[in-house]
Amino acid sequence: MVELKTPRDTAAPAHGHAADDLVVVPVRHHGRWVAAAAAFTALAGLLGSLARNDNLRWDIVGEYLFADLVFDGLFTTLWLTAAAMVLGLALGTLIAVMRLSPSPVLHGLATLFVWIFRGTPLLVQIIFWGYAAALYKYVMIGIPFTDITFFRAETNSLLTPAVAALLALGLNEAAYASEIVRAGIQSVDTGQAEAAHSLGMRPALTMRRIVLPQAMRVIIPPMGNETINMLKMTALVSVISAHDLMSNIQDVYAQNYQVIPMLVVASLWYLALVTLLGIPQAWLERRYGRGTSRAQHVSPLRRLLGGVARTTRRGSRVMNKEAGR
Amino acid sequence: MSAPTEQAGSVPMVHAKGVRKHYGRLEVLRGIDLTVRRGSVCCLLGPSGSGKSTFLRCINHLERVDGGRLTVDGELVGYRRHGGKLHELREREVAERRRDIGMVFQRFNLFPHMTALENVIEAPVRVAGVARAHAREEARQLLERVGLADRAGHYPSQLSGGQQQRVAIARALAMKPKLMLFDEPTSALDPELVGDVLDVMRQLADDGMTMVVVTHEIGFAREVGDTAVFMDEGVIVEAGDPRQVLVDPEQERTRAFLSKVL
Ligand SMILES: Nc1ncnc2c1ncn2[C@@H]1O[C@H](COP(=O)(O)OP(=O)(O)OP(=O)(O)O)[C@@H](O)[C@H]1O
Ligand SMILES: [Mg+2]
Repeated sequence: MVELKTPRDTAAPAHGHAADDLVVVPVRHHGRWVAAAAAFTALAGLLGSLARNDNLRWDIVGEYLFADLVFDGLFTTLWLTAAAMVLGLALGTLIAVMRLSPSPVLHGLATLFVWIFRGTPLLVQIIFWGYAAALYKYVMIGIPFTDITFFRAETNSLLTPAVAALLALGLNEAAYASEIVRAGIQSVDTGQAEAAHSLGMRPALTMRRIVLPQAMRVIIPPMGNETINMLKMTALVSVISAHDLMSNIQDVYAQNYQVIPMLVVASLWYLALVTLLGIPQAWLERRYGRGTSRAQHVSPLRRLLGGVARTTRRGSRVMNKEAGR
Repeated sequence: MSAPTEQAGSVPMVHAKGVRKHYGRLEVLRGIDLTVRRGSVCCLLGPSGSGKSTFLRCINHLERVDGGRLTVDGELVGYRRHGGKLHELREREVAERRRDIGMVFQRFNLFPHMTALENVIEAPVRVAGVARAHAREEARQLLERVGLADRAGHYPSQLSGGQQQRVAIARALAMKPKLMLFDEPTSALDPELVGDVLDVMRQLADDGMTMVVVTHEIGFAREVGDTAVFMDEGVIVEAGDPRQVLVDPEQERTRAFLSKVL
């Protein structure tokens, strides 16, 4: 909890005398204001020169920024990212748990999966799934080396470009996510699982209720990175003609040769998406950070406002009061 | 002081005969014989590395016994008797048996992402299937019993070490165990906080709980303990009435140890 304290509240009462008439003078950060002013001026100059540069063709940027084609691509990029991340995280968690399992079979399978999907280029994996129909005409589920089949379908009808793109991105992501989740699980003190076991909790319940929630704190920041990466990696699916934002932008500049303005359009949208992603990430970090520190978390914005309050209210200071105790 | 409430002919709560345990080539337990009667308090003492924690962890099967027989309430730890054969227990059965044995750790091991109350109700709700409202009610009573009624909504990081350990005791008691294991419950605490935790344990002993306590608190062992057991290098050197073993021991090794901790 952040509380503004008046000098009378804070002036070191520990000495037990004459505390009332002492005024606390907070540290003043003059250097910060100078640096901020300098940075602001430089930034304004840069933005001004960009805005006035005719070679950037802002008219074209404006024309395409909200074009249908761009929105279509944006939609594909978004759902592909979301679906691939969900698939990647779910499968990745499963693989991580398998890799940590005492069973040599599960451990071996998980290690093999990570080895293959992390070890081969993503582009190759996308092309593989996209053209899998050329390798296998039919998909069959049955008992190997016998004629018994339970399910049979044409590969082409199952592996549409969208499905192939999702599989390629999701499986690749699972390999990376599994290592992030594994690191998260291993960051949790083994005493936690022991305490849970001693209460009669079974391993699966212990993992779900005790270990994973604590691992999340370590897992979320790199998974945020992964999501941002994924947003941009979806551009690779253009090779199997799935139309994400980047592919559609490329289609446009292949025709009108306005490469730079079109790339500005793409960059603006990616920046917007990445900015929006910060919101759920901050929320998740707060949710899984519960109980981790004595002082409750203060967002940077609150800190900044606190700093302003500090400079406007002379002779007072912000106390970060310990909760409880 | 608790009077052991043993009925004639009833099986002891813990019975160890020739219990052995090794890690690789290191023999940690080299034939432990020990009986803990119902409602009694058994205090384990001994130098670091003597195998006290290991033995305690064998009792609730956090460690596997490599040799000898270890029974809790008449049932062989880790095995089920069926048709004249011993079957190793499955994961589910091991977990079921552990419900009846509470454990308190040196470093508390509270779940940091849950409040004190949530820590206490977790196992009753998720394992024993107690209705949440009922579990909360019982948890409040338990927290009151350990003197922390007003700390129910606090996270472990907002509690002092002594308070955390008392929450940990309440958490273990929430499963209504018939046996409580304590592994140096006060070793990680500041001296002025030790008393609160020992008071709770003393109260528990007075209520008739069977307890096995690894501790270096000689005073507690003398006042509350029904038996004191001195271990060294994986064997029991001396066991008996605490007022005998801890005041005027027969063995030289016990004497040397006591002169160091007192
Ligand atoms: N998982 C393990 N792997 C290998 N060796 C172990 C393991 N756990 C314990 N040991 C060894 O077993 C011996 C007994 O350990 P234990 O923890 O039971 O001692 P202790 O009597 O509880 O000591 P302390 O008073 O320091 O807690 C020690 O030598 C220790 O190094
Ligand atoms: Mg120990």
